[in-house]
Amino acid sequence: MAAKEYAGKTVELDADGNLVNQADWSEDIAKSLAQEEGINGLTERHWVVLNYMRKEFQTKGDAPSIRKLTKESGVDTKELYGLFPGGPAKKAARIAGLPKPKGCI
Amino acid sequence: MAEPIKKVSIVVSRGSLEGVYPGLIMANGARMEGIEATLFFTFFGLYGIIDKKMDHLKVATVGNPAMCVPDAMGPGLPTWMGAIPGMSWYATGMMKKEIEKLDIPPVREFIEMIHDAGCEIYGCKATVDMFHLTKNDFCPQVDEIISVGQFYEKSAGAQIIFT
Repeated sequence: MAAKEYAGKTVELDADGNLVNQADWSEDIAKSLAQEEGINGLTERHWVVLNYMRKEFQTKGDAPSIRKLTKESGVDTKELYGLFPGGPAKKAARIAGLPKPKGCI
Repeated sequence: MAEPIKKVSIVVSRGSLEGVYPGLIMANGARMEGIEATLFFTFFGLYGIIDKKMDHLKVATVGNPAMCVPDAMGPGLPTWMGAIPGMSWYATGMMKKEIEKLDIPPVREFIEMIHDAGCEIYGCKATVDMFHLTKNDFCPQVDEIISVGQFYEKSAGAQIIFT
């Protein structure tokens, strides 16, 4: 387990580089995690995805599948891949302060 | 650490429901991980992208010694029973229900999703000619009908996975 500083706060990361304690998460930390993933500046559309993922995780205990995400968040597959280039589910979960999604879909 | 996989080229050669899904799941999973993916449908695998056929794929209940009833840990289904009319229809219904429970989309929706995710989808020219089909017989997500040579060209730098 490694600790790293984001937005002036030292947080613990798991083996995948995701936050260990969700309580550490803040919008500022999300911004610097996004930057690390190559996304400079989170737009309103990014936040639609991130907020939906956080809400799903809180109720279900796992990040939503891409299918569920695109059906329910209002962001379609093409846009999702555009917003989070190179692995939307994985990247969005990390930026949202959640563990790497466990599902296959 | 070993070099991560950057690109996969997945061949789907079978046209049963259980023959088509693994390739789709692998292609979608690759894109989710940020891995480039190409799908190539050949022989009966083409039924997974033929517009009028792709919604009606069935589970094969004959010739599969691992097929058990009513679920995976039940006794094996004897071949002669698998041949009873309606058996394939029934097994297909069961499997589709389980697939839906896992939030895996039906074939057509899955193909759309995978294509939107940036995966290229190709049909095999030799089979298309053999089956007397044309590009118009396929769902709109099919990018092109290509020869095996073109398939290898497009697979440059990729790991090829045959299913």
